Amino acid sequence: MENLGTIPLSGYLALSAILFAMGALGVLIRRNALIIFMSVELMLNSANLVFVAFSRYYKLLSGQIFVFFVMTVAAAEVAVGLALIVAIFKSKHSIDVDQMSSLKG
Amino acid sequence: MNWMLILFIVLAFAAVLTAIGLLVSRNAIYAALFLALNFGTVAVLYLMLGAPFIALAQVTVYAGAIMVLFLFVIMLLGADKLPRGEVLPWQRPLAIGLAVILLGEAGFLLFHRLRLTVALENPGAEFNTLQAVQELGMTLFSQYLLPFEVTSVLLLVAMIGAIVLTKKEKGEQA
Repeated sequence: MENLGTIPLSGYLALSAILFAMGALGVLIRRNALIIFMSVELMLNSANLVFVAFSRYYKLLSGQIFVFFVMTVAAAEVAVGLALIVAIFKSKHSIDVDQMSSLKG
Repeated sequence: MNWMLILFIVLAFAAVLTAIGLLVSRNAIYAALFLALNFGTVAVLYLMLGAPFIALAQVTVYAGAIMVLFLFVIMLLGADKLPRGEVLPWQRPLAIGLAVILLGEAGFLLFHRLRLTVALENPGAEFNTLQAVQELGMTLFSQYLLPFEVTSVLLLVAMIGAIVLTKKEKGEQA
């Protein structure tokens, strides 16, 4: 087991930065509200990866517990967000974010 | 041979490729499946980091519950494809430029300012598989008991919010 080798912390951080930038790019370039939502999930997930990597680096379990709370918030956010998308689809018959330009339905 | 490093590189490529797939796929169902694959690879990365509880929570909560919810809504709305309407011509290059700037800033902070090029050594006793889950549970239910209880209120609020948002208003016909 000692011969498993080690991975630099920067590898995890770089991967997480790339995933976060791609999530931000997805929010900017896509117009489908559902895919924008998925990109937000991708960004949350990359932040979780940093939490776990630093939890391992500092040998503290608090990072993993924080990931647990982030997952809870993500689940709650998805439930409310998808309900909002369904409600918008009911009134506009589209989930294109370009169509959601008026405040009053 | 450093097998863990090879495994990490393969998983990192898989994660980045599935993220690209999420960005470029026209069909929302393909995008959701790419995202589920991405969550799976990140779960394996959590296992490599010695966080088995988080890895399994990732699979059940993200790849399980959240992705099922996404796929359910995509199929319920029949919104898998959007008609290709007018797109602002400068939007895409500008967005790509901004994302590259974000990535550059993050890379600068991580590699130039912090100099975090240290290797993660093999986990100690507190990060062994069973021990880690035990320690995590003890910490969660002693030091973080109040936030854990507040979490239940948060989930209740989200549930009520989802029901209120989607229920029919009085007098409204379906």
